[in-house]
Amino acid sequence: MNSLIKRLKMQFDVEEQTQRSNLSFINATALQLPALLTHLRDYEKYTQLIFLTAVDRIEDNQFQLTYMLADESSQNNIGVRVRIDRENAVMTSIAHLWHHARTYQQELREMFGIDFPGSPGVNDNFILEGWEEIPPMRRDFDTREYSEKTYFPRPGRSTTHPRTAMKAVDPDYPELPLMKGRVK
Amino acid sequence: MKSTENKIIHPLENAGVPEDQRHLYCDASPRPYPALNKYVERFLNWARANSLWILGYGTGCGAIELRPLLTSRFDISQYGMNPRPTPRQSSVFIIGGYLSVKTLKRVIRSYEQMQNPKFVVGLGSCTVNGGMYWDSYNTVNRLDYYLPVDVYVAGCMPRPEAIIAGFEKLKSTIMAGQAEGANEYAERFDWYKSNQKKIIKDWDMPDYNW
Repeated sequence: MNSLIKRLKMQFDVEEQTQRSNLSFINATALQLPALLTHLRDYEKYTQLIFLTAVDRIEDNQFQLTYMLADESSQNNIGVRVRIDRENAVMTSIAHLWHHARTYQQELREMFGIDFPGSPGVNDNFILEGWEEIPPMRRDFDTREYSEKTYFPRPGRSTTHPRTAMKAVDPDYPELPLMKGRVK
Repeated sequence: MKSTENKIIHPLENAGVPEDQRHLYCDASPRPYPALNKYVERFLNWARANSLWILGYGTGCGAIELRPLLTSRFDISQYGMNPRPTPRQSSVFIIGGYLSVKTLKRVIRSYEQMQNPKFVVGLGSCTVNGGMYWDSYNTVNRLDYYLPVDVYVAGCMPRPEAIIAGFEKLKSTIMAGQAEGANEYAERFDWYKSNQKKIIKDWDMPDYNW
């Protein structure tokens, strides 16, 4: 794994974080991602795309995409992380490298609103049908407020969450810093 | 049998299907069927209660308990129940677990294709009030706003014993002549339809899928 990172650093401008002996993450820029993934697939035997997922880094006004690759012969995994702009969320499609990436890209298009131009069927419905709000996995989408507005909530729901349940037992129970960092 | 033919039923618009295909679909809304002669109805209810044929709908986790229920461990056929492959042959619709907007659309299609009299059993807390997914952007909270529900079986997930108890409750309701879900659906059709259309934004099917 270390020798792989060394070889990659000779060719690409990447930073790496090693988590385990068989799992590393490298940060790359969006521009060099197709070349990097092609290199990993064709020269370094990372032939399997395990998943492609996104994280909404709303504090930085960015999306973080993670491409997780696996080398089946050595059981090593490598994750390639890419930050893209949140306002104009467009990313290069990798459906030509792995055909099943189109499904992940279709899902990210629907759930996060990240566009992958040229990916087959990227604008088709994936899970949501007729969705009219902002994409639901974005962190500025308030799912609870939407649910209460839309789905006829049944009154009388009680909670045993420590934040409320422990207050009844112990008035000094500290307020939990929940919802911290959540942007309304 | 009292006739309901005289009742004016406004034709359905079927705005969800393309205009050149609208003539292919039924545009009549369902109508309630009043009870027959008291003694005949009592006999029919006895027969209905003892041959419940099941249409199972289980994309949610609550349906995992239907497998031991249907197979040798709990063997539901000893109670006169039998799973059927198609809505046309079924009289009990089991909603196993949570429904999303996408699955609710398929559930409505299936329910409307079932023949009268038909009964709905909601399994799990999710059908009651959304359960643990109550604040999700995609989980339907109350099933009884979209379909008439006869019996709820609460639990996350309900054990097969609880489901059998729910069916016993359903049987006694049918025997008492109170399982009037299909008639209620017909009488309050506009209310159910407006609730369904409120959350199913791309309504691309006929208004009544008979």
